[in-house]
Amino acid sequence: MSLFRDDGVVLRTQKLGEADRIITLLTRQHGRVRAVARGVRRTKSKFGARLEPFSHVDVQFFARGSELLGRGLPLCTQVETIAPHGGEIVGDYQRYTAGTAMLETAERFTDSEGVPAVQQYLLLVGALRTLAAGTHEPRLVLDAFLLRSLAVNGYAPSFDDCARCGLPGPNRFFSVASGGTVCGDCRPPGSVVPSPESLELLGALLAGDWATADACEPRFSREGSGMVAAYLQWHLERGLRSLRYVEK
Amino acid sequence: MYEGVVQDLIDELGRLPGVGPKSAQRIAFHILQADPTDVRRLAHALTEVKAKVRFCVVCGNVAQDERCRVCQDPRRDPAVICVVEESKDVVAIERTREFRGRYHVLGGAISPIEGVGPDDLRIRELLGRLADGSVTELILATDPNLEGEATATYLARMVKPMGLKVTRLASGLPVGGDLEYADEVTLGRAFEGRRLLDV
Repeated sequence: MSLFRDDGVVLRTQKLGEADRIITLLTRQHGRVRAVARGVRRTKSKFGARLEPFSHVDVQFFARGSELLGRGLPLCTQVETIAPHGGEIVGDYQRYTAGTAMLETAERFTDSEGVPAVQQYLLLVGALRTLAAGTHEPRLVLDAFLLRSLAVNGYAPSFDDCARCGLPGPNRFFSVASGGTVCGDCRPPGSVVPSPESLELLGALLAGDWATADACEPRFSREGSGMVAAYLQWHLERGLRSLRYVEK
Repeated sequence: MYEGVVQDLIDELGRLPGVGPKSAQRIAFHILQADPTDVRRLAHALTEVKAKVRFCVVCGNVAQDERCRVCQDPRRDPAVICVVEESKDVVAIERTREFRGRYHVLGGAISPIEGVGPDDLRIRELLGRLADGSVTELILATDPNLEGEATATYLARMVKPMGLKVTRLASGLPVGGDLEYADEVTLGRAFEGRRLLDV
């Protein structure tokens, strides 16, 4: 019987029984956590709208054992909002679809529950804040988040030097399986030749150079998005369900 | 384990939502002791519901005929359509006795993370109903959660070019609650939708 307190972002909710929900959160100290919120679907629930997806919250958990995870699912006992991103994101359909893809990505990259993933957590909090503020195109925010999620999980693609031999860039060819751009000597069969502007955009998104990214033409950002999706799918081995619904 | 048919009944009852093995056993023995006519009526109701109930061709609500009761009723205003997620929501709104228009049941809400997109809902049918221009108001009554809000946003964007009035159900403080326990989102919404007290 112990209490735990942590900050987290709500990734997903599932119905449980009559009026409860299982809430999946990405927390700062415990990584991905699934917990039960009792009575959250009742109109007079003390949680109200605090445990909706995209909410950044401060939660108190009640666990049966001495660890947060282990003996059954912990219970959410108290919740305070840090930032309710839901309202701003859901008011714009493009932001909503991009945001859902972010949540699903964060969930997929944190496979094991209870293992801290601080970088992934900070990345998600930052990305949702940017998405809710609406300062950049939602699709670009999503691509930047996907690229950086790949990077913090050890799959950083290269958009300049050759990913195989390290030949300084810019290189013309792009191969998902090789890990990014490759030089003429290293290129495996099936490599594509994207436009240099698209590669420059992806490099800018990965590095956080928003001035370059915002100035990019839509046709190059579309090509870039396709490359990011292919790269992500290769490393996650299974496609993201929500990526299909993202509005271009 | 009980004799064949009794155990079969217990197993079948145990497959219903919210019915565990103990409850299934209790219901089974209740049925065994009940009056044969009562049991026959129950069995009849079960087979009838599967045989007779279909979905209304106009609104998608559960119906016994081709059209549901609301769509058949000439007193209901055809110029106002209320969009809901499930048939259960139609019943909830009917209980208020406030609404005299017609309904459209979507069959769920947009949730990309669960793999439900706009094409999986009855949105095309809704646009078909709006096409002839006889509808003047569309009330979006999807659930006040994230998926419901997203669906409402999507629909509002889709029908905007048609130039009809699109409204969304109000959300705010529940009647009989305490203000200090209201969460920020709900309280914020209540502020947004505050109204003039005309006394």
